[in-house]
Amino acid sequence: MGFPHPPHPRETQVLSRWFGDAEARTYAGWIKRGGYAALEQALGMTREQVIEEVKTSGLRGRGGAGFPAGVKWSFMPRQKTKAHYLCCNADESEPGTFKDREIMRWTPHQLLEGCAIAAYAIQAEQVFLYIRGEFTEPLRIMQAALDEAYARGVLGANAMGKGVRIDITIHRGAGAYICGEETALMNSIEGKRGNPRIRPPFPAAVGVFGCPTTINNVETLSSVPHIIARGGAWYKGLSLSSPKSTGTKLFSICGTVARPGNYEVTMGFPLKELLLDLAGGMRPGRTLKAVIPGGSSVPILTAEEAMDTLLDYEGCVAKGTMLGSGGMIVLDDSVDMVYQVMRLARFYAHESCAQCTQCREGTAWTVKILQRILGGEGRPADLDVLLDLSEQMTGRTICVLSDSCAAPVVSAIRKFRPEFERYLGHGKAAARA
Amino acid sequence: MSAADGAGTGGAGGAGGSGAGARTGAAATARARAEHGVAVLPAVFGDEGRRKLDAILARYPAKSGALLPALWMVQEAHGWVSPEGMAEVAAVLGLTPAYVKGVVTFYTMYHQHPVGKYFVQVCTTTPCNVCGAEDVVAAFLKATGAGALGATSPDGLWTVVESECLGACGFATPVMINDDFIEGVTAESVPALVARYR
Ligand SMILES: Cc1cc2nc3c(=O)[nH]c(=O)nc-3n(C[C@H](O)[C@H](O)[C@H](O)COP(=O)(O)O)c2cc1C
Ligand code: FES
Repeated sequence: MGFPHPPHPRETQVLSRWFGDAEARTYAGWIKRGGYAALEQALGMTREQVIEEVKTSGLRGRGGAGFPAGVKWSFMPRQKTKAHYLCCNADESEPGTFKDREIMRWTPHQLLEGCAIAAYAIQAEQVFLYIRGEFTEPLRIMQAALDEAYARGVLGANAMGKGVRIDITIHRGAGAYICGEETALMNSIEGKRGNPRIRPPFPAAVGVFGCPTTINNVETLSSVPHIIARGGAWYKGLSLSSPKSTGTKLFSICGTVARPGNYEVTMGFPLKELLLDLAGGMRPGRTLKAVIPGGSSVPILTAEEAMDTLLDYEGCVAKGTMLGSGGMIVLDDSVDMVYQVMRLARFYAHESCAQCTQCREGTAWTVKILQRILGGEGRPADLDVLLDLSEQMTGRTICVLSDSCAAPVVSAIRKFRPEFERYLGHGKAAARA
Repeated sequence: MSAADGAGTGGAGGAGGSGAGARTGAAATARARAEHGVAVLPAVFGDEGRRKLDAILARYPAKSGALLPALWMVQEAHGWVSPEGMAEVAAVLGLTPAYVKGVVTFYTMYHQHPVGKYFVQVCTTTPCNVCGAEDVVAAFLKATGAGALGATSPDGLWTVVESECLGACGFATPVMINDDFIEGVTAESVPALVARYR
């Protein structure tokens, strides 16, 4: 549902079906809604069968990169020589994204069930659920659900009485966007600074505590019980568009929009309809200026481009952007594009782990130059300097935080150049007029 | 394990100077604080804290895994992560204080200085920013008397900071007051909110 709004008839509620229903948070409530049947079913299948079903479904990672989940699981060693781990990524810090929070707040058992099924599939006896430190309420709700799941024998040394060990541990983050990057996340679990690691080795070979590890997003894992219960073919059939983008997706819509919230629609849903019908369009008297469709790390779309974008991985790429995390930032005609791009760059500068020169220096200089422009002291060459700097920040670092800063900056300058130029030519007096 | 056990139960915050090795620094700092009339922070990993820590340690294949949780325990007990707290954590986990400090400084939520009784974080990242988050910050600075970002109000009650995206962008503007997560705060609703805590 478009939580906190009532469900819209055009939504396809799979993950969000029980949002707003506090009873679903409890073990008894979850069982009453058919919960943990999928886990029981999965534990009766072979691990290969579980992975095959998820491959069939076409489920792709919902954390941003869109990597097929079943394929990722199949990278884990078949012959287990040391401990295997599953890490569930609940660091959700990408500006514009707030879907995992809602999943955890309303359906904690949905996530635990998905974690347990995935852990079984990849032969992991231990799951680390990495929740960002600021999520105090989801943390409390997840912990309560976890305690109940242990008390009921769902988890532990003899999970569901099936002789399989599945332990889940909540690991609380402590404030760092970069810990959402999967290798930084593993370092953070190990009690280190959250610096991303150089790959290879990939996590499936050398992950957390040096052992084979799979990292998946909250929404990805929460989709798994439904795929097991109703079949991979069913999930695949939910797509409206490309066979490469399947199932439903929770879109978080925020910014200057009439009804911000989480809306669950099938892949391939038109952005225009999601924005205008489901989310209520613009606020009174306002017109759309731009949309950042996939969390703040992806290129900005103009209103015109946004209006014929299909919301799936391929549809966004066709428009020169990315589906990312599905966090959609809506900007209307009241928004000062230059100031907000500076504010986004400030986010990345603040969150850079500072390992790589291009990122540490690049994000900081991007902010400085944008602030100079905003202060009316911009130089004629500044926009080209920013574009050049952004190019140097792309594809050259250990992780893509640096690229993520460049993407909105470059697209904003390309598509809204007159707004930047207005600041340039007019000295201090006209700044932010 | 046993070496750390011994070090951990001695009460690193005590001014008795009983520590050895990695703990000497903590004991010395604590003694200096006591001499200068600065409050001595009680040990976090006494009997009960130690039991809690042991339960955490059991969930990780290496002791270092318990570092972030242990630092949370220190902050919960003291309101911030002091040098003594870091030294105590280092001792119980078999790490050096310098290593622990390196980790503490990476994460924004560990306070490296005492803060007001109420620590207010207002998200001002773009999605909230376009919905008036900066006005919310200004309203907090005014209503609390904190005056400036990062400063603590003269009554010692309030510290207000801007935070980056709190992961609740559809509920602009989200605000954290200590562990309370409050959605949909507006500049207009701030005075009543502040009054509720006072
Ligand atoms: C800077 C950065 C931040 C990220 N933050 C998150 C995050 O908060 N949550 C998340 O699930 N993935 C995040 N990711 C993506 C993860 O690295 C990883 O691809 C994902 O968790 C894998 O899960 P999935 O395949 O289920 O999507 C981030 C990546 C980068 C580079
Ligand atoms: S931008 Fe404010 S919570 Fe995400």
